[in-house]
Amino acid sequence: MEELEQIVRILPIENYLVLSTILFSIGVLGVLMRRNAIIIFMSIELMLNSVNLLLVAFSTYMQNATAQVFVFFIMVVAAAEVAVGLAILVMIFRNTRSTDIESLKKLKW
Amino acid sequence: MGDYIFYFLAFLSIISALMVVFSKNPMYSVLYLVLCFFSIAGHYILLSAEFLAFVHIIVYAGAIMVLFLFVLMLLNLNSKTESFKTPLWKFAAICSGSALMLVILASFKETQNFITPGSPPATTIGTVKNLGTILFNEYILPFEISSVLFISAMVGAVILAKKELD
Repeated sequence: MEELEQIVRILPIENYLVLSTILFSIGVLGVLMRRNAIIIFMSIELMLNSVNLLLVAFSTYMQNATAQVFVFFIMVVAAAEVAVGLAILVMIFRNTRSTDIESLKKLKW
Repeated sequence: MGDYIFYFLAFLSIISALMVVFSKNPMYSVLYLVLCFFSIAGHYILLSAEFLAFVHIIVYAGAIMVLFLFVLMLLNLNSKTESFKTPLWKFAAICSGSALMLVILASFKETQNFITPGSPPATTIGTVKNLGTILFNEYILPFEISSVLFISAMVGAVILAKKELD
């Protein structure tokens, strides 16, 4: 545990910046690339988590606990969002018999 | 020692995030996302944010991913029903995703040395005691409002998912 607390001493914060950026880009890639709406939802969760990770990293490196409270509220909002979003998905599946986003183009001109 | 743990966890989270996007079966995507969330919880522990690590495991790996798995099994989705975009679309998506990553990384490159490692003291800010004190003193109003958000989300989810009464 003593060694683990040294992480702010041996690792510069750029590592966490790079890691969060890569995770966020993978989330964007998933949103652009997949057609299944559930996978798109999971990619959005991935993006939220990368931002959370960066907030926690900054909080630890700058010794400021406000960012961790903020991460807590982001988790609350993400949980509510997933509940409503999956309910909408179930309703879409009941109407169109698929979760393919290509079947939802009635608004397309 | 700590940096090896960091690199291992970073490798694990990036590989599992890539597998979420690229695996053909949605069930495997959910399981890889659980793995990714556990490695992010490992990062939180490494950053000595214990409270957030446990909340993350309980909320994400426990509640949200179970909800995803449940919906996936309820809708009976598997690799047979899965449809994919054309290779041109995939190529364009990979190009734009990498371009976004390059742009963000390049913008971070100009902001170096704003935090120097070695300066902060031993961290105690991520403990349950400290965060609870802050949450119930300064942020008590947002905390209570989030309960209203939860109950409205719950009512909305029940109304949306319920079968139409004829």
